[in-house]
Amino acid sequence: MGSPMKLRARADGDVVEVKILMAHVMETGQRKNPAGEPIPAHFIQTVTVTYGPRTVLSAQWGPAVSANPFLSFKFKGGEKGGTIRVNWVDNKGDTRTDATIIL
Amino acid sequence: MPMLVHRFTKRMQMNQTRRDVVRQGSIVALLMAAGLLRPGDVCAADWNPAAFEIKKLEDLVTLLGGEPATASDAIAINAPDIAENGAVVPITVSSAVPGTDAISILVEKNPNVLAAAFEIPAGTLPEINTRVKMAQTSNLFVLVRAGGKYFYAAKEIKITLGGCGG
Repeated sequence: MGSPMKLRARADGDVVEVKILMAHVMETGQRKNPAGEPIPAHFIQTVTVTYGPRTVLSAQWGPAVSANPFLSFKFKGGEKGGTIRVNWVDNKGDTRTDATIIL
Repeated sequence: MPMLVHRFTKRMQMNQTRRDVVRQGSIVALLMAAGLLRPGDVCAADWNPAAFEIKKLEDLVTLLGGEPATASDAIAINAPDIAENGAVVPITVSSAVPGTDAISILVEKNPNVLAAAFEIPAGTLPEINTRVKMAQTSNLFVLVRAGGKYFYAAKEIKITLGGCGG
């Protein structure tokens, strides 16, 4: 299920700025535990941000995105009160979707 | 200007040598491998393992094809010159190339070079702010697709503590 994301979407005129902070280990698979055994990779692979039926950003990530990933971007045409949904899927098939209202 | 880019630019002004073709082709191939060449695909992208397993830009020479990426001043990379912690390197990239519809972030000396690939649908501003890991001091490449053509910019970021160690 994953942990909740922190989301913020703020409209400034016609432009909405979306800020996303995800809770995820983003383990690279390159590290070893103290016993010298490799720690398996565990990272978010795809991210999709939607505003109503419209996809406003989609991404493919590798394990080189930092732990607890931060992402921000802007799109045009969003209105206050509208809903932004963010979905991620990781390499173990875990997924999480959170939503926020545009302020 | 980072050394590599300087050499790169200089070479591109001369007749292309084989290595230029290899390097430029590899960038294009990387984008192809990343699935960024699929037209009109703004839905949730399927994750492309081949693209993220690439160890070196040059490894993609076998997929060479399409148009070479060209250096562009219209791509801005806002990132620290020196990052103390390679595990968290904040990066803002923006493209003033008209018609930008995809932005990828690559770290040349990471174990796998491709860090993240973003699809920018119409109406979304071509500006991304995120944080990536860097194993060591390296060039960070930003590749932009606009109107079916490819553009890049690079910035060297010095790392004092690597982000992939044990």
